[in-house]
Amino acid sequence: MTETTPAEQFGSSRVKRGLADMMKGGVIMDVVNAEQARIAEDAGAVAVMALERVPADIRSQGGVARMSDPDLIDSIIAEVSIPVMAKARIGHFVEAQILQALNVDYIDESEVLSPADYVNHIDKWNFTVPFVCGATNLGEALRRITEGAAMIRSKGEAGTGDVSEAMKHIRTIKGEIGRLSSLSKDELYVAAKELQAPYELVAEIAATGKLPVVLFVAGGVATPADAAMMMQMGADGVFVGSGIFKSGNPQARANAIVKAVTFYDDASVIAAVSRGLGEAMVGINVSDLAAPHRLSERGW
Amino acid sequence: MSVGVLALQGDFREHAEVLRSLGADVELVRRPEELARVSGLVIPGGESSVMDKLARAFGLAEPLAAFVRSGLPVYGTCAGLIMLADTVIDGIAGQESIGGLDIAVRRNAFGSQTLSFETDLDVPVLGDAPVHAVFIRAPVVETVGPRARALATLADGRCVAVEQDNLLGTSFHPEITGENRFHEYFLGKVAAAGFRG
Repeated sequence: MTETTPAEQFGSSRVKRGLADMMKGGVIMDVVNAEQARIAEDAGAVAVMALERVPADIRSQGGVARMSDPDLIDSIIAEVSIPVMAKARIGHFVEAQILQALNVDYIDESEVLSPADYVNHIDKWNFTVPFVCGATNLGEALRRITEGAAMIRSKGEAGTGDVSEAMKHIRTIKGEIGRLSSLSKDELYVAAKELQAPYELVAEIAATGKLPVVLFVAGGVATPADAAMMMQMGADGVFVGSGIFKSGNPQARANAIVKAVTFYDDASVIAAVSRGLGEAMVGINVSDLAAPHRLSERGW
Repeated sequence: MSVGVLALQGDFREHAEVLRSLGADVELVRRPEELARVSGLVIPGGESSVMDKLARAFGLAEPLAAFVRSGLPVYGTCAGLIMLADTVIDGIAGQESIGGLDIAVRRNAFGSQTLSFETDLDVPVLGDAPVHAVFIRAPVVETVGPRARALATLADGRCVAVEQDNLLGTSFHPEITGENRFHEYFLGKVAAAGFRG
């Protein structure tokens, strides 16, 4: 007899998608240094996104935005015990390999950074670490899941503090899922073609009425009310990027957004936590952004 | 008779679905008045430091501790196991637990997500068929005190499931693998506690 130690399986879809399941009902906060990471953890973030510049600064400073310095990511991992995410450029599989080697808990293949490949996304099945990817509509979400994404976030328009694009994208994704549920089998074949996604995945979503992975909202959430609205729209949780640390009182705002996500359907709680938060981030109206500066149009 | 699932954060909907599939009336619990209506409670997986913070901010921490002290059945998975432990090792600064289980739990005992895994476990109290267990940045029970007993261990001997009277805790997540036996076992405790009165 050989030894009967049960095999341990690492990096399975269940394990990857499972971590996102455990983040549901929570807030993931962008942080640019260990001090901000500490504030985020103290405020009740379920995870932090480690990056060198928040999207609002990437937007205002311009230039090519890349993966963060490994030293910065290390310092944030060392500071907190909640999961740490980090961003790789779309299609930049070597940045992703580096982030996996740094032991981040999730990689965000993100349109907030400059794309490294305008044709292909990263083959995410090749990694043990899970990936979250952005999507503006259901077809995009399904293509990312087909490539191995274990979590989807609607894109919104990062670094604006304008929630209107986040609203558009969650409404689009939810609406398209609802429409699939009403189709007959022969219509689903056409729907799969139109969505440019595998038939099996489309049929599964039509049957279950939901994505097979967790769906968070990102891009423009700046207030407790914004976050609660996204939860009422059916999001599983929210990413807050520039909205916290570009505001007047990041600690208070982070605390308030966490509470608003848990009590997203209780206006008296949302009202209470919205008091006295100081200045929200100034923000930019998405309608004032020329098309080349719209990050959500990166990725396909 | 209804059972509650603590719904401050985490995968509480998965637990609610399993419990409903087993015929239970389920109430999601975020407020003391909701806790007062249930005769058993599941504390889900999620981020224990967030649940702790929210429980204290919304006046639920003390009612939860009283619920455990009263002897009503409580089952915690992963973060829920941490919440039920008398001693938490490697919590965030200021992290507290409800307590009740005479154990010391190490939070995030395996390391980063790339070390999360699934495996089969023997859990004799649930029968011969192994439990397929998913460990996600999971805690481990480092010390099992005299009032608690281990229900399952990994191949290396580390304890990952415990029971103490009406309290039950697992490092892993039966709620996401279609494994119903822990929930059945928990509901059995709820039914028995109800008969006692």
